[in-house]
Amino acid sequence: MLTRLVQSEGIWLFTRSPAAMLAAVVTIVIVTGALFAPWIAPTDPYDLSSFSLIDGLLPPAWEEGADPRFLLGTDDQGRDLLSSILYGARLSLGIAAVAMAVALVLGVSLGLAAGYLGGRFDAVVMRIADVQLALPAILTALLIDGISRGILPAALHDDLRLAVITLAIALSLWVNFARTARASVFVERNKDYVSAAIMMGQHPVRIMLRHILPNIVGPLLVIATVDLASAILLEATLSFLGVGLPADSPSLGTLIRIGMQYLLSGEWWILWIPTVFLVVLVVAINLLGDFLRDLFNPSLR
Amino acid sequence: MARFILKRLVQSIFVMLAVAFLAFSLFRFVGDPISQMTGVETSVEDQERLREELGLNDPFVVQFIRFTGDILRGDFGYSFRTREPIDAMLLTRLPATLELGTVALMISLVAGIPAGVYTALRPRGIFSQSILIGTLIGVSIPTFVIGILLIFLFGVQLGWLPTYGRGGTVEIGWWRSSFLTVEGWRSLVLPALTLGLFQLTLTMRLVRAQMMEVMRTDHIRFAIARGVPWRSIRYRHALANTMIPVITIIGLQFGGVIAFSIVTESVFQWPGMGLLFLESIRFVDIPVMSVYLVVIAFFFVLINLLVDLLYFAIDPRLRVRESA
Repeated sequence: MLTRLVQSEGIWLFTRSPAAMLAAVVTIVIVTGALFAPWIAPTDPYDLSSFSLIDGLLPPAWEEGADPRFLLGTDDQGRDLLSSILYGARLSLGIAAVAMAVALVLGVSLGLAAGYLGGRFDAVVMRIADVQLALPAILTALLIDGISRGILPAALHDDLRLAVITLAIALSLWVNFARTARASVFVERNKDYVSAAIMMGQHPVRIMLRHILPNIVGPLLVIATVDLASAILLEATLSFLGVGLPADSPSLGTLIRIGMQYLLSGEWWILWIPTVFLVVLVVAINLLGDFLRDLFNPSLR
Repeated sequence: MARFILKRLVQSIFVMLAVAFLAFSLFRFVGDPISQMTGVETSVEDQERLREELGLNDPFVVQFIRFTGDILRGDFGYSFRTREPIDAMLLTRLPATLELGTVALMISLVAGIPAGVYTALRPRGIFSQSILIGTLIGVSIPTFVIGILLIFLFGVQLGWLPTYGRGGTVEIGWWRSSFLTVEGWRSLVLPALTLGLFQLTLTMRLVRAQMMEVMRTDHIRFAIARGVPWRSIRYRHALANTMIPVITIIGLQFGGVIAFSIVTESVFQWPGMGLLFLESIRFVDIPVMSVYLVVIAFFFVLINLLVDLLYFAIDPRLRVRESA
């Protein structure tokens, strides 16, 4: 009943916030495009036979000398840029979503346990969290990537690139979830319904997951949204720095990295279209995050 | 006071020991140092002899103590990649990063604090609203995109400023500075702006939140009730209390500046420590990675220690609590 109340109020507020509505539409369009990229995209950028050098460096359709087959133009290899972006967004969003989910599960479990159990466990988890919070996410992610390169043989590392990047991002984002979950548990723990559950002799795990967790979903949802945006940025940055995904399966960051080579030439679209796409996506998700934060924090309204 | 400093000092030493341990484990267990140093043609006997000579067969604790001792004496060992001593590599690159970081931090504070105060005092004004929307976009634009934008605008289109390297530098001892030549300053503008803009949005948001909170506290309400002029309430009573957390912000931002200098230095080919770290990751140069970790941690701990002491000096409440 409570969720229904929040939902209906949320929808009412949502219809009154043009920024949130626009952000939602943009996000849905991009996510749909990324999800269905293999069916929507005009060509398959991973299929070497689907493009040819003859079509190289064609400008977007609205420019002079364009080919109508390529709506956003082509890169130097003759790859359709629209297809590259859709597939790139698919990779970027996929990595970010999985990393965020791993960070969520890890962070919330540790945070719940730390908050509920307290004592030494809490102290250890929070010290680790403090150290990690002092180290900015990008540094953590770079370190994890570097360590994995040292541990794994080169060939294996290339195969596991996707997993390594995802893990590196997840491990640099879990702290926010843990801290939020822990702080919320501290508030909830002393409430009557938890005391009642304890007195009924329920198992601590059940109390944490069945009773406390549903009551702290709000703040966690806000963190999840904001962290999804951070994860996308982090992946893009790693790929841009050349320690992310390889050039044969380009994510949005890799596309921008490739596009940098055309900064000085006339082929502006190769750099700027993926860049604008990335920024629009992240701004939209952050706007949604801001909306959710206001929604779950009535004192700010 | 002395007890407080001593306590923080001991804590800091423990943190540094933990980091040194992490760096040592990284160095010792991530990949085999011997196989990094030798080629395929080295015989197994030679490898074993080298292992013995370098003390890699000694007990773990002995090796760790030796490692810590070397670091304390400033002997950071050699890079796997360039075979150069790491301390020399760091010394040539440290000034570049510190100068870049300092200027970026200045930009962030000089522009961020007034903007934060302004938007807190006039939350509904059009100007405030547009600044806030600007910061939302600001945190959404990755640092490297800001860098590309600035390069494109001021470097390529307008051709006003150089877009890579440090330009003219002057050597004062081992410290290579860009502060003393016009060309050096010109080269500094774009990277420092790139690095500073992101921090600026953070400074602004934090100052704004803090200021708004202070304006709601009882002593401000009481001052309003007493009829203290608005000017005095805002800029004497409220601002003074806002400034205490701002010191923490500076401490926190230092970490951000160091981390994002990796990105900025990569975009602008700025020959600093971030670029060195990035190269060491690409080439799995473990010794450089672990030394970078130790050096950065040292700066973190140092700044945090200074922030704590400054806190103590500024906030009278802490001193009262301590003596009570």
